[in-house]
Amino acid sequence: MKKILKSSAGKRGESVRSDCYFEIELKNSGGIKIDLKSKVDVMYGESIKQMILDMSKFFGLKDAKILLEDNGALPFILAARFELAVKRLFPNLKKEYLLPFHEKNLYSTKKDQLRRSRLYLPGNEPKFFVNAGLHSPDGIILDLEDSVAPSEKDAAQLLVRNSLRSVDFYGAERMVRINQLPKGLDDLKFIVPNNVNVILVPKCESAEQIHQLEKEVEKLKRQHKVENPIYFMPIIESALGVIKAYEIASASKNNCALAIGLEDYTADIGTQRTNEGRESIFARQMLVNAAKAAGIQAIDTVFSDVADMEALRQSVLEAKSLGFEGKGCIHPRQIKVVHEAFAPTTEEIEKAKKIVQAFEEAEKKGLGVVSLGSKMIDPPVVKRAQNIMHLAKLNHLI
Amino acid sequence: MKLVKNAAGRFVPTEVNGEIQIPFMGVDKYKPTGAKAKPQIRTCIDYPSDGNKVVKDLKTALKKAGLKDGMTISTHHHLRNGDAVTNMLFDAVKEMGIKNIRWFPSASFPVHSHLIKYLEDGTIHHIEGSMNGPLGKFTTEGKMKGVGVLRSHGGRYQSMQDGEVRVDIAVILAPTADPFGNATGDRGKSACGLIGFALGDSEYADRVIIVTDNLVPFPCVPWQIQGGNVDFVVEVESLGDPKKIVSGTTEVTKSPDRLLIAEYVADFIEAAGIMKDGFSLQAGAGGTNLAFVLFLKEKMKAKGVKARFMRGGSTKYLVEMLEEGLTDYILDGQTFDLEGVRSMRENANHVNTSPFTSYNFHGKGNFASIVDTAVLGATEVDVKFNANVVTHSDGYLLHGIGGWQNCLYSKCTILAIPSFRDRIPVIVDDVTTICGPGELIDVIITERGIAINPKRKDLLTAVKGSGLPIKDIKQIKKEVDEICGGAPAKPKVNKEKVVAIVKWVDGTVLDSVFQVEN
Repeated sequence: MKKILKSSAGKRGESVRSDCYFEIELKNSGGIKIDLKSKVDVMYGESIKQMILDMSKFFGLKDAKILLEDNGALPFILAARFELAVKRLFPNLKKEYLLPFHEKNLYSTKKDQLRRSRLYLPGNEPKFFVNAGLHSPDGIILDLEDSVAPSEKDAAQLLVRNSLRSVDFYGAERMVRINQLPKGLDDLKFIVPNNVNVILVPKCESAEQIHQLEKEVEKLKRQHKVENPIYFMPIIESALGVIKAYEIASASKNNCALAIGLEDYTADIGTQRTNEGRESIFARQMLVNAAKAAGIQAIDTVFSDVADMEALRQSVLEAKSLGFEGKGCIHPRQIKVVHEAFAPTTEEIEKAKKIVQAFEEAEKKGLGVVSLGSKMIDPPVVKRAQNIMHLAKLNHLI
Repeated sequence: MKLVKNAAGRFVPTEVNGEIQIPFMGVDKYKPTGAKAKPQIRTCIDYPSDGNKVVKDLKTALKKAGLKDGMTISTHHHLRNGDAVTNMLFDAVKEMGIKNIRWFPSASFPVHSHLIKYLEDGTIHHIEGSMNGPLGKFTTEGKMKGVGVLRSHGGRYQSMQDGEVRVDIAVILAPTADPFGNATGDRGKSACGLIGFALGDSEYADRVIIVTDNLVPFPCVPWQIQGGNVDFVVEVESLGDPKKIVSGTTEVTKSPDRLLIAEYVADFIEAAGIMKDGFSLQAGAGGTNLAFVLFLKEKMKAKGVKARFMRGGSTKYLVEMLEEGLTDYILDGQTFDLEGVRSMRENANHVNTSPFTSYNFHGKGNFASIVDTAVLGATEVDVKFNANVVTHSDGYLLHGIGGWQNCLYSKCTILAIPSFRDRIPVIVDDVTTICGPGELIDVIITERGIAINPKRKDLLTAVKGSGLPIKDIKQIKKEVDEICGGAPAKPKVNKEKVVAIVKWVDGTVLDSVFQVEN
């Protein structure tokens, strides 16, 4: 096989912002020569050069001409782009240049975590990562699947890995959407050791796929001594997936939610998405029922018209009425609207308050049975009331 | 060049372009005394009794005005990047073989990079105004013969009134004028709104030339500039490109992060108790500024609150608030879009103002300190709340001061800024150039949180429990440094070579801009 002598990685051109482009050309002698063209040369030129030298040493790169066109890429982006350029030269290189873990990124989440909103972040667009958490989504999704061009899958893997370690997402649950299985299994080594909280499994059609995933995740967790829980959120996007929804939902104790993806589903059943959503009513109800039967959350699809906030609000209210607990967001401005629409109504809060009070009184008195007036109240009702009160607090309604 | 340390801790020259300078002494510490500058006495019998002051062309007007080497020529920026006449003006100066002009614009725009060749060949000695884009680069690299002087809009008026700058010839571009010299900016094919930046020059300059592309029979009403102050009127084909004079529409930012900042600004103004009946605010035309006005508008409607006046930079968004009855008046300092121009022309409550009424240090009071809150931008802010608007973190001159320094006197000055841009921190340890002393800056609102100047205990108390992300400015800086990879290195500059000075509103020297080493 012919040895590769030149590689490139990243983005270049007039319109590029907060990103960079590397070219590495291997030489026989002369050491590392850096040609740096950076918008932040005055402020960070020296530290950028030092980073390139450190990384070259780490990867055993001795003689090379390195071009960097930098439009203000943050360090975690520069590092990922450079590592990729190196790995495109040496595809068998196993070493990873791991940035230190941000101390604020070590949290884990709960299986019944609030998952009202999840913000999709295209895996090869790292400039959107840094401020994503500021918009207070319940979760962020670093996407390796459909938003990443096939030729840039390797770039997204490194960017997502680096960001899981060093980008502060301000407490949002850190989710990654891997590629469709079995290809998505290759993505796992980039995320499992780096404290991912939830893995989204696209186009899921069988319990077997979840078992496969679980096996691989467990293996990596043992290998890297990962103790934090990692949950799965299968996404149902086909007619077959809908039929198998319960089987999928109950395939693993690590499943935390079942989500629906309607773009692919409507294509699969040979129709088109409408605002009314009549074409998907069966699929959505099936999904809610399957999720609840398996004791996990039901999460609705994304709303794709980012300009129409009123339609989004209506869509969330409808989803809520069907039993969904979350909605996908493709723009940060959607988050607040989604949270407001999922917020409990005044009536819901009043009722919940009474139930919680009754429960607390019964507990104080040591009674095994909770009753409100002449009605007995079952534990799931109490739990639901507590959730409503929690949501009300989050929305500053009480 | 001798440098001394001023009250802001910055090294500034004591003499610039042959004139003695007073180092900044602290906010409100310097009060010059004596009489105001005296323009020459003129008599009406020396002017055409039929009121017709029209001369053939600009060159003729300059000759008649007695243009000589070393004189000061002033221009104004109300035509913004659409201005075609200032370049023509200096073409004429060059053709006349005149040298060493002090150019005294209220601001410069990228279109004026045409003038670099006249800075190179000695036609223009130096600029006192603003040095943006290519002119900023030229100046910062030490290529200008003299030292640049940056002043606020108010400072420009101050410098003419207390005699610091004597304007020999003012060239005022007027979208509509009559042969007597009465002029207005609110109509004509090159309409720009108001031309108040030229008011001081029309009163204090030795000679005043009006240039218009819409000459109407006497009288031109309204007369934003009074013909009684004008020497000559020149008619030209076109003042410039109307599309670049005012934008057809001003756009609200689409950036989610800027919108978040704008939302915080509106939330803050409400939570701090500023948004109440009869309040006032100043807003600019930046994308974030437009957006906060829209968020605030929803809050005002929801609570039934009406403002007494709003200061612009007027845009269609302020006009909508005026027309929907959410404010009694717009007091306009600069009109940014066609809707603003239309409103000024049609609505008596959309009032044109000038740096005299709004910002002047030698006025008997001015509007700036009456305003309840002013929302502004900045290129850098340091942990002591000092801010920079003129240089980039790489040391290069980038913007003029505009009315920014003057607006700091509002009752609650808010800087709405991202905490970093690309990889460039905006919150820093020390600003590259200080343009606004921290004691006048009350609140910094970024996407990462809101920092309140510890001096403003009242504001800290007012927003307690509001749920707003109030943070120590040092905490925000720490977050930014973590993201950007440490504090940014400072530009390498020649500490011996001052290329421009930044004046405070009182005429003292607040900071120096040094030549950047390549």
